[in-house]
Amino acid sequence: MSGDRVGIVLVSHSAAVAAAVAELARGLAGGGDLAPVAAAGGGPDGGLGTSAALIAAAAQDVDAGAGVAVLVDLGSAVLTVKALLAEGDELPEGTRLVDAPFVEGAVAALVTASAGGDLDAVAAAASEAYAYRKV
Amino acid sequence: MTETYGADAAVRWMAAVAAAVEREAGRLTELDAAIGDADHGANLKRGFAAVAATLAEEPPATPGAVLVTAGRELISTVGGASGPLYGTLLRRAGKALGDAGEVTRDELADALEAGVAAVGQLGGAVPGDKTMLDALTPAVAGLRESFAAAARAAEEGALATVPLRARKGRASYLGERSVGHQDPGATSSALLFAALAEVTAG
Repeated sequence: MSGDRVGIVLVSHSAAVAAAVAELARGLAGGGDLAPVAAAGGGPDGGLGTSAALIAAAAQDVDAGAGVAVLVDLGSAVLTVKALLAEGDELPEGTRLVDAPFVEGAVAALVTASAGGDLDAVAAAASEAYAYRKV
Repeated sequence: MTETYGADAAVRWMAAVAAAVEREAGRLTELDAAIGDADHGANLKRGFAAVAATLAEEPPATPGAVLVTAGRELISTVGGASGPLYGTLLRRAGKALGDAGEVTRDELADALEAGVAAVGQLGGAVPGDKTMLDALTPAVAGLRESFAAAARAAEEGALATVPLRARKGRASYLGERSVGHQDPGATSSALLFAALAEVTAG
């Protein structure tokens, strides 16, 4: 059971990107019982874009009471999540938009959440992924 | 006597915006094809059609509630950045109007000013960045004078985005190549105020 672990929502303009990053994070987080992670990709018409309904549903899906970390790609994904948070009652209590690179942050967040880290720890781990320079 | 506006005026405003967006969807998408991802017309058309349908089905009792409902609908249905931005504009303005049954033009201007401030905060943009704020900000100032002045100011603000270089959104990646194109968001914002002038005229 993933009892009271932090849930993770991955919001991308593309359904394929969101699903693939979720799969990648699950694969790299590896072994054992993983924290819940849900993909919310694509717009209301199924094309490229952001769907508030998909995001809200994904957040409900992964919410186990310990908070939900939302990672986003860009543009309308950022703005939609911020607008939903401002709305107040659209997302589960303890939902937070995490400032992190999408792919690297997703892996760091899932590893930390699966290890039992709280929302602060998950958010910090995902944000720290920005500090890892590649060259 | 000061004229006041109730829920029915707000519903007519949103219906007029839906009609204008439907009519101008092609032009908005054309503008967006030049410096954006070519979906502004289609996205707004879908959003405001949903707004008009929801309001027609269950008309809220106050102008504030009309704008809050419209804003929420836009956030859920648009799918692009304009959804949360226009959604925030209307929802924040609606909340600022509170539960008053009738509001004056000045009260509407105050409420929309709060909405525009919220849009700036959400997108991290300021006037001059070549965004909808370049039409919204002068429009709200013009609304202090009259509905017609607001529509004129919004239109002029949208036209004034042509020589600007985009500093926000996808267009900002284009750098200098964004110069010479009218901003689609400022253009749709001008439609919003043209529709307001239309329903409040006479």
